Amino acid sequence: MSDAVTPRVLYCNCTYAKVVPEETKGDVLRQLCDSGVAFDAVADLCDMAARSDPALAKIAEGGPVRIAACFPRAVKWLFHGAKTPLPEEGVEVLNMREAPADEIVAGLLAATAPETEATAS
Amino acid sequence: MSRTEGKNLRVVVYEGAGSQPLPDEDRFAMISSLLAEGFEVTRAAPGGDVADADARTMLVLGRFDEKSPPTARGLDGETTVHFRDVTGVPAEGVVEVAREVRGETGARDLTAWKPWFPVIDYDRCTNCLQCLTFCLFDVYGVDGKQEITVQNEDNCKTDCPACSRVCPEVAILFPKYRKGPINGDVVRAEDIQREAMKVDISTLLGGDLYGSLRTRQRSARERFSTERDESKALLERKRCLGKLKKDLDIPDEVLMTLPSAEDIEARAERARLKAEKRRARSTTVADTKPAPTEDDWGI
Ligand code: SF4
Ligand code: SF4
Repeated sequence: MSDAVTPRVLYCNCTYAKVVPEETKGDVLRQLCDSGVAFDAVADLCDMAARSDPALAKIAEGGPVRIAACFPRAVKWLFHGAKTPLPEEGVEVLNMREAPADEIVAGLLAATAPETEATAS
Repeated sequence: MSRTEGKNLRVVVYEGAGSQPLPDEDRFAMISSLLAEGFEVTRAAPGGDVADADARTMLVLGRFDEKSPPTARGLDGETTVHFRDVTGVPAEGVVEVAREVRGETGARDLTAWKPWFPVIDYDRCTNCLQCLTFCLFDVYGVDGKQEITVQNEDNCKTDCPACSRVCPEVAILFPKYRKGPINGDVVRAEDIQREAMKVDISTLLGGDLYGSLRTRQRSARERFSTERDESKALLERKRCLGKLKKDLDIPDEVLMTLPSAEDIEARAERARLKAEKRRARSTTVADTKPAPTEDDWGI
């Protein structure tokens, strides 16, 4: 039996701005919906961070997670600013502002947990 | 309710036992419409892990085989779960159902704002407090450890990234900004040379940012009071502030709503004194602390 933990998946829709290409966002969400995996989707992580939404703590504390959002440095410090820092290990942020949808989805659904990937450097 | 208060409603799309699976197209339409309306959405699936419940209210949507109870208590006894059968309901109708529950439960109903506020990269920040001194809208503050913090996100002026331009360490991000490194992109060597940019800013403003703002504002005000044609005066003021806008990327709206010259002056002075006091206090504490002994170091 494998010890690999399947990381949770979090998708950020960046609802309140147009900085993530609509096509990428839509494509990633569509593929996630069709994949059969369980996932959490939030309207806008920035909005949640501005309100220090307690849901961020649940995301940060729940073990390995892959986050489809924007620049890893932005996501890391958004969580930190909301007083719910992401753990140093087991978190992978996939940047929908830069990478194509297929690459993002492949990263989100890859079979094993990410190897101690920090959110940014 | 202010823009930064309240809690979004979490909607769970349930397709497990007792509920019919959704066609792919319907699932996507439902989830994307809910996200566009500001809901948080969880797609539950067998064997899959999702975030734990954090709220007292949740809405579960499904195409249930049997009539589900309209509400139920969660296992913790605190969470109230609302169930709605959405068999045959199209995506727009599902959003309507979620809106109704949002209304009934008092969950947050706020869809039209751009969450725009500075985010500090503490790996880079040196706690110089320049941002605190610069920002005219009390967005920044210091925490119990005297460290810079963003304390009034709601006060920040949408689309104004000016404070990130005065940070000598390129430590201030606006995730929704269009360009790097302010948007969180990697900080490159040329960005760090923006120490030089800091100088450019003071050159641009004649060495005294607040002084320049005051002068510009005073002359604009005089024009306002002497010119009867207000729109002409407005245009003139915009022209005067154009360079400032271009170099700092400050939106017109912010420039036009700057506080009065006296307010700016008082605010700058208060921030300066506060920062000085803090520095003095930390120096005093550091100086009065006895030097560590070998015991302290464990040798
Ligand atoms: S974290 Fe990034 S992708 Fe998500 S809302 Fe903020 S800017 Fe948009
Ligand atoms: S100006 Fe930059 S380095 Fe200085 S305290 Fe503010 S964020 Fe930190």
